[in-house]
Amino acid sequence: MGGRDTDIVLLDENGIRCDGRKVNETRKVTIKAGVLKNANGSAYIEFGDNKILVGVYGPRDVHPKHMSDTDTGILRCRYHMAPFSVGERKNPAPSRREVEISKVIKEALEPAVMLKEFPRTAVDVFMEVLQADGGTRCAALTGASVALADAGIPMRDLVAGCAAGKAADAVILDVNNEEDQAGQADLPIGYMPNLKKITLLQLDGVLTPEEYKQCIEIGIDGCNQVYEIQKKALQDKFFASGEKQ
Amino acid sequence: MSDGLIIDQLKKNQILDLLKEGKRVDGRQFDEPRKLTIDIGVIPKAEGSARARLGDTEVVAGVKVQPERPFPDTGDKGMLICTAEILPIAHPSAETGPPQPPVVELARVTDRGIRESGMLDMKQLVLEKDKSVIGIFCDNAVTDHDGNLFDACSYASTAAINSCKIPKYEMQDEKPVKIEGEFTEPPLTTLPVSVTMAKIGDFILVDPTIEEWGIMDARITITSNSDGNVVALQKGGSDGFTQEELIKCAELSVKVGSKIREIIKESK
Repeated sequence: MGGRDTDIVLLDENGIRCDGRKVNETRKVTIKAGVLKNANGSAYIEFGDNKILVGVYGPRDVHPKHMSDTDTGILRCRYHMAPFSVGERKNPAPSRREVEISKVIKEALEPAVMLKEFPRTAVDVFMEVLQADGGTRCAALTGASVALADAGIPMRDLVAGCAAGKAADAVILDVNNEEDQAGQADLPIGYMPNLKKITLLQLDGVLTPEEYKQCIEIGIDGCNQVYEIQKKALQDKFFASGEKQ
Repeated sequence: MSDGLIIDQLKKNQILDLLKEGKRVDGRQFDEPRKLTIDIGVIPKAEGSARARLGDTEVVAGVKVQPERPFPDTGDKGMLICTAEILPIAHPSAETGPPQPPVVELARVTDRGIRESGMLDMKQLVLEKDKSVIGIFCDNAVTDHDGNLFDACSYASTAAINSCKIPKYEMQDEKPVKIEGEFTEPPLTTLPVSVTMAKIGDFILVDPTIEEWGIMDARITITSNSDGNVVALQKGGSDGFTQEELIKCAELSVKVGSKIREIIKESK
């Protein structure tokens, strides 16, 4: 990682992180499904201080038409950060970072969505980051799969996102902004808990082979925790009258 | 996910049938990269350069060095930026115009591998703190595309930076002035090497050709450093990996990467 010098103590002598968490603890995650009127499916997710709105449109006609595929539906994703989402104003035009994140999130969702059911159509997923605090791609991915399920699009599994990483020489779960800036490694993971497949994986920072294994292990553990919250968000929307499953 | 490459069904079936027999179309082992050749100093006007040929994939990397004003929050470090573009001469599917997402990804993955490895000690590239630092720009041009551009760009960049010469500068009236004819060695710490693996069905193939690239279900690019640690990683394509596969891929990357690193070292 950048290894930027800061005065923040990333891990104190009691093993407590700069925001009061233990090494294997995620931030507080809350998800609400069905928050937008016009979208076919939507979700609002708070992942620590990240605040992200996701809207899903489709399956619908493909424009431009040449993008359509006669064999399968296509998934299109846009990850976008609002100019006010970060400390210094972000230029609203899509950056190369956002283009890349949109692509990796698309490829993380594709294995879960049964696109062959809707040839010649497109499913559009729009992720708007209203406030960013480290780990936005995992949070956006988590929200996007809830929004897709909310839209009633057939899926093989939900995709849950959570990062693992390394800061102050310790393997940690769910890297926050300070740890991302001053830490040693960030390994975002997207995981399908029922199919046991990792569909999003990136790394920047140095990890020994042993740390790499540990990171994947606790990352999957974090994704499983996030998955429970995703399920609850969908239950709350579709069984709000109090009935159980 | 093919990044727009279309492979005909007959070829696809042939590749899949061979895989079941434990063979690849070009006769390689599953964990065997194509022949890599690296020529350095091919562009004398650049401060460092390399032509990497990985099978029939060819990339030319050039390093330009020039003083830059540092970013406000990193005034005590030099600047290192890698880019990549696919030239329209490289493949019929390559287009001019603004870069499409696959090309943006290629450039960013190439940059990340070099940057996150800490290949250069950036603290040694400061001329005057917060005022002027040395910027190192490594630009990759893909001239022929036969699959696996990630690794070809990685090898070309590492070889070009490894062999570059950094001009000497002195500060005069707060401005950096080049001292003609004087050079220093780059402050190298490690040699990052990426290894890309394609997943086709349950098979993991090192260094996919363009045909394997066109039909693969998913891919993973893992960059390792001279110590055998993992420094950067990128998963792509429309399928996932199991935990066991990921651990196997990391081991493969370190193993294959150490042989590639020797070829890059010898090229200098």
